[in-house]
Amino acid sequence: MIWVNVIIQGILVGGFYALFACGLSLMFGVLKVINLAHGDMAVVAAYVAVLLSPHLHIAMVWSFLIVVPIFGLLGYVLQRTLIQRSIDRDPFTTLLVTFGLSVIIENLLLELYTANGRTVNIGSIIAQSWHPGSIVYISYVSLVVLAAAVLVLAVLQLFLSKSRTGRLIRAVADDREAAQLSGANYKHIFGIAAAIAFATVALAGIAYGMMTQFAPTSGGVNLLFAFEAVVVGGIGSLWGTLVGGIALGVAQQFGAHVNPQYQVLAGNLLFLLVLAVRPQGLFGKKTALA
Amino acid sequence: MGDVLLDVRELTVHHGQLCAIDNVSFELNRGEVLTMIGANGAGKSTLLRTIAGLHHPTSGSIDFEGVDVTKWQPHKRVARGISLVPEGRRLFSTMTLEENLLVGAGQSKTGPFTVQRVYELFDWMPSRRKQRVWQLSGGEQQAVAIGRALVANPKVLLLDELSLGLAPIIVERIYALVPEIVAQGVSILIVEQDVAQGVTVADRVHCLLEGKTSLTGVPADLTSEQIDHAYFGADLTKISVPTEVSE
Amino acid sequence: MSKSPTPRALPSTGVAIRRSTHSPIYTLVGSVIIVVLLTAAPWIAPAQVASTLMNFFILVIMATMWNLLAGYAGMVSIGQQAFVGLGAYATLYFALKGVNPFLTIPLAALASGIIAIPVTYLLFRLRGGYFSIATWVIADTAMLVIGTIAVLGGGTGRLMPGLQNLSPSQTAHYSYLATWFVALIVIIGTYLLLRSRLGLVLASIRDNEVAARSAGANVRAARRTVYIIAAAGCGAAGAVLAISQPFIQPTNEFSMQWAAEMLFVSMIGGLGTIEGPIIGSIIFFVLQQSLQQQGVWYLIIFGTFAVAVALWQPKGLWGAFRSRFHSELLPVGHWVKNADGKRATGTLPE
Repeated sequence: MIWVNVIIQGILVGGFYALFACGLSLMFGVLKVINLAHGDMAVVAAYVAVLLSPHLHIAMVWSFLIVVPIFGLLGYVLQRTLIQRSIDRDPFTTLLVTFGLSVIIENLLLELYTANGRTVNIGSIIAQSWHPGSIVYISYVSLVVLAAAVLVLAVLQLFLSKSRTGRLIRAVADDREAAQLSGANYKHIFGIAAAIAFATVALAGIAYGMMTQFAPTSGGVNLLFAFEAVVVGGIGSLWGTLVGGIALGVAQQFGAHVNPQYQVLAGNLLFLLVLAVRPQGLFGKKTALA
Repeated sequence: MGDVLLDVRELTVHHGQLCAIDNVSFELNRGEVLTMIGANGAGKSTLLRTIAGLHHPTSGSIDFEGVDVTKWQPHKRVARGISLVPEGRRLFSTMTLEENLLVGAGQSKTGPFTVQRVYELFDWMPSRRKQRVWQLSGGEQQAVAIGRALVANPKVLLLDELSLGLAPIIVERIYALVPEIVAQGVSILIVEQDVAQGVTVADRVHCLLEGKTSLTGVPADLTSEQIDHAYFGADLTKISVPTEVSE
Repeated sequence: MSKSPTPRALPSTGVAIRRSTHSPIYTLVGSVIIVVLLTAAPWIAPAQVASTLMNFFILVIMATMWNLLAGYAGMVSIGQQAFVGLGAYATLYFALKGVNPFLTIPLAALASGIIAIPVTYLLFRLRGGYFSIATWVIADTAMLVIGTIAVLGGGTGRLMPGLQNLSPSQTAHYSYLATWFVALIVIIGTYLLLRSRLGLVLASIRDNEVAARSAGANVRAARRTVYIIAAAGCGAAGAVLAISQPFIQPTNEFSMQWAAEMLFVSMIGGLGTIEGPIIGSIIFFVLQQSLQQQGVWYLIIFGTFAVAVALWQPKGLWGAFRSRFHSELLPVGHWVKNADGKRATGTLPE
């Protein structure tokens, strides 16, 4: 029964990882940019949710309705200004700039809000768990987050495959120049992809704050997991990211069960194993490979 | 005829330090087919890419229907009516045939070319429209690439090296479509290495040699010697072979 | 008997290829003076200065190695702290076995270099941003693994043995000299490396990888070599770090802070130059010393500066200086000089 709980916990956290990671995956697929500040954006969203809610007189649990669209807009604006500028230089510059931004943001948060953990207050109702057996615990929050993750991924997948803008996004990701020749304003498309990425990661950040405490450095930690989820699942596949996230979650829970010290390590080892044995991931195309 | 659609004046284009196009000028009139011929590296593809907006000229200008579009971004030129079928097809490999056409149609102005019309032009397409384009043959892919450009309802269609990588009979079939497209009111600028094919469909011919104009004229007025000379830059019959004999 | 054509002498083009634009004498004399002063520092300057200089040297070592990786070999690593940590812990390991800590420095560098070899086989499967994050995963993993080894102090850390035999001032002096000499060796070594054949291969890869490959350069081997060298260099930095701050802790030795500092310093100073990391480090220390009381603001400011430089002046400060004044202190590129002795105009060799 213990192993069942391990797997269930892994699935629950895997959903969260996938939600966190889908923006990373999208930005890389479309803009060919790795946003090293991706994780920190989630944390900023969590801080905004926590700090803004009292002023707007809304319960924190509903703050995402306001924060997510704001971050979507922020993503579009940042892309059309800062990120586009660094893309125009070279991929090198985008890595350096996003890393720099990440360090700046983390330290700024540290200075302004200290290293104390905070949470997104969700009230007493959802903060309970379900005990189907004596060993299995399923916290309602985690379940909601998993459901949200699956929903977001499904909507995103549908948007990409059926809508006109989604098709343009796929075209730009496939061959930017050919898309331009077909009339696509690629910078605008980049902006939309960035907006989606920022919106999803903001949602993930708030979800994180609901599940556990967050602090200025939480972004970096989760970026690592998000990246591992993407690589394990396969670069270029949204559903692959879900599978990768779950695989990562299960591996981590496994490790934690053996020894709490081994939790993160187990995830890292899974990542390194996949890199060694099947670098394109479970469902991946060979785009990021050398 | 006589109504100038595209006016390229003293265009010079560089690739880094290499001069790819050197002071080239020409006009494309409404309803005509102009073919640019030249050997590999003569600058033809660069020329088309510059007209489409993917490349910026060092100097010179490009006027379209009297408007200076030299600094315009590619998607704005498409909206205005310039469509390029790029060298190597450049289809969206992750998408189906129909999706490829839909991408082109998404931004389109109204005009004779709808996706349906393209299906009528290429009658094999409707039954294959849900297939991924990488499963199609070279000639079929070229057709899809042309269709994708057509659904944007261009006034000027730029065709870059259609014959590349295709069997001669397929190339013939594709070029047979040119008059049909012109009949719909589209003017065409063709770039070709295959001189015979390029000259056959052309109303006028323009030859490039190492980035410079070497010959222009109407096909009927040009002899094959003239074309060879302009294409290769030398009169092939006059090359001498060293006659020193070893003893 | 066949007449072989007489080879015609090639016309003299009147062009020569030189290393530097001015006589290297200036650099040599200047360097000697600086070396002498820095070596004598513990005796001629207050203890505080020597201690600050030590941290400065450690940063210079790390930044020079990072710059070698990123500026010359094109690999952006945010995981070099893996080797800093491994070097520190190798030193601890050997010290625990009874080896004199100062003698462990080359061993630590060697150990880091050796560990880097299998790492490259994993890492080189990825490119660009994915490569970068993977370097981070490696660093994180190294930290976690070391943290499980109780004898090395586990997660809480432990003191480095072997330094207690010396008097405090002796320890300080020897630590300083060790750090200074390692920094000197690293800088000179990098300079010689870049002037060597490998340096030429790296420059060609950086300028145009496809062309380099078709000219016969073994790109993968060159990159691997550079990665291993950078690992060894960072290992040496970790070793002197461990000696200078003898309480060894995973979170300190493997800290992400090193990655940030290496990167910012190189970017601001100038990627792809040897002087760049040094100049960037000087600026960094000046900023840090003056903003010492304000928590991490110096890092925020420095980071902002680095981002601004990346976007608007990607050559960094030294790169801009070099473009403007056409001079180098440690020349590793080539110039073409016309017959009249003037530098031929054209693109600046980067």
